[in-house]
Amino acid sequence: MQSSKHLLTAARAPETISGDRDLAGFARTIRIATARMIHRAKSSHIGSCFSTVDLLAVLYGGILRFDPLRPTWPERDRFILSKGHACAALYAVLAEQGFFPKSWLDTFYQDGSALGGHAMHSVPGVEVSTGSLGHGLSLGCGMALTGKREARPFHVFTLLSDGECDEGSVWEAVLFAGHHQLENLVAIVDYNKIQSLGGVDDVLDLHPFAEKWSACRWAVREIDGHNLQEIECALRQVPFERNRPSCIIARTVKGKGVSFMENELLWHYRSPNDEEFKASIAELSSAS
Amino acid sequence: MRSAFVRSLMVLAEEDKRVCLVTGDLGFGVVEPFAAKFPGQFVNAGVAEQNMTGIAAGMALCGKVVFTYSIANFPTLRCLEQIRNDCCYHNANVKIVSVGGGLAYGALGASHHATEDIAVMRALPEITVVAPGDPIEAEMATRALVARAGPAYLRLGRSGEPLVYSGDVNFQIGKAIRITDGDDVTLIATGTMLHATTQAATQLAREGIAARVLSMHTIKPLDVDAVFEAARGTRAIITVEEHSIIGGLGSAVAEVLAESAGCHVRFKRMGLPSAFTAVGSREFLTKSYSLSVEGIVESAMQVLELASSRA
Repeated sequence: MQSSKHLLTAARAPETISGDRDLAGFARTIRIATARMIHRAKSSHIGSCFSTVDLLAVLYGGILRFDPLRPTWPERDRFILSKGHACAALYAVLAEQGFFPKSWLDTFYQDGSALGGHAMHSVPGVEVSTGSLGHGLSLGCGMALTGKREARPFHVFTLLSDGECDEGSVWEAVLFAGHHQLENLVAIVDYNKIQSLGGVDDVLDLHPFAEKWSACRWAVREIDGHNLQEIECALRQVPFERNRPSCIIARTVKGKGVSFMENELLWHYRSPNDEEFKASIAELSSAS
Repeated sequence: MRSAFVRSLMVLAEEDKRVCLVTGDLGFGVVEPFAAKFPGQFVNAGVAEQNMTGIAAGMALCGKVVFTYSIANFPTLRCLEQIRNDCCYHNANVKIVSVGGGLAYGALGASHHATEDIAVMRALPEITVVAPGDPIEAEMATRALVARAGPAYLRLGRSGEPLVYSGDVNFQIGKAIRITDGDDVTLIATGTMLHATTQAATQLAREGIAARVLSMHTIKPLDVDAVFEAARGTRAIITVEEHSIIGGLGSAVAEVLAESAGCHVRFKRMGLPSAFTAVGSREFLTKSYSLSVEGIVESAMQVLELASSRA
């Protein structure tokens, strides 16, 4: 594996974070690419993408072990985007990391494109297809169980949305992972507090959220899902406890990075028009 | 049939460490020997079929050949989307096993009657659908499905099904087995109706009617050639299944016949009406829906009378 210049090694190694790596710049690049894709495609879910970007930037900027030249390398870490509707951001990350040409991003959502509106496993680097909520954590449990039983070195990271946690199947998987002590499994919840038709607290209240995971024998940590150092610090410390799967509840902001999109339900659906797109790019480009 | 399945699976699990069994907390008295002998290849997912199917897909995507196991509609309809998206879409090596396909759990009521499962499973892309007709077919189907990559649905009876075969059987996925030959009528049976269908053929022989019996253990991919041969070589075709007449074996055969030009063979589907079935033993229920030896004989006579009058 060392022969690949793309390989990002030393996952969860003890060295300190961020430092000379420009994770903020990586996150900015992803946001801009995502905005371009969604604007061109006139598609939805820009708010849902933006809340995940900093998490994705840290995961793919130094945590996950992968090889873009060998996307199915057996010992790679598995990343499952269970909230498959945020795939534009993931595609942008994967293109940036060299899994496929960046030119593919221009075809997002188009007739006959390789890149559909929900995560597709036919895309190099996409572990599994998702789109219907409540599937990813079960898939992750199956992978983690296999990894644990065979003492294989990979970890399984699953990124869920908060609204997704309405699905009963999520809690079946939560119970399973705790019971089977899948310490190689990490669930990250993008807790942006806005779901399809309203606020998470109003639609189907998840409180007390962290306690629900703890009660099912997960080790839970709540972080600011836009603080790159906090994200990296948490991800480098998994598993948080021996014999427990790790849950990271990432407090995020829907639409993060573009002021008029932030915390607005509308941007679950709305696609930016030309003017809004220009304003978005201007704001994202000037972000530190 | 379930014992034959587990027996076969234990042999396979010994030979091939990829083979795993994931149960949805069912199989009392059946799965314990497997769990005891192969703890590293066994999982009880609890009463949680969606997760059971999802973890099976996750395990399969890490190289395992995973059998999910439950009864009636629980491993199929309860977790249909996991089967579609997680297993079929990824072409994952997950074999879904349902014990009690049809009316085996008749007395337990309609919740436990698996009467639309073939129709629903058959509609999914990538999947292979197999309903063995006796314990020997069940054993051979289990082995054949391990050898065949991709998702599959294995619909089993329950226990105590009589043997149809006495000697070697040439069992191949997607190839019907011709059990008796005849040129008057073809009886195409699948799954648990195979034994009664062969008995019906014996009775018909006494009446001077030569019935060809096909065991159509694989409903998808269907042995289209065997259907064409039946249409050419016999005067009538009757499909027999312990399943709704909508969408199962009868529909699959009808689709083939309806789209073949110049095919004028008489055709009848025997199965369950599209209705919630009554309560009772399998014997009681199958008889009340004419899925009995007598019922099949009577249908054959009727269809052949029609065939004669038309000629």
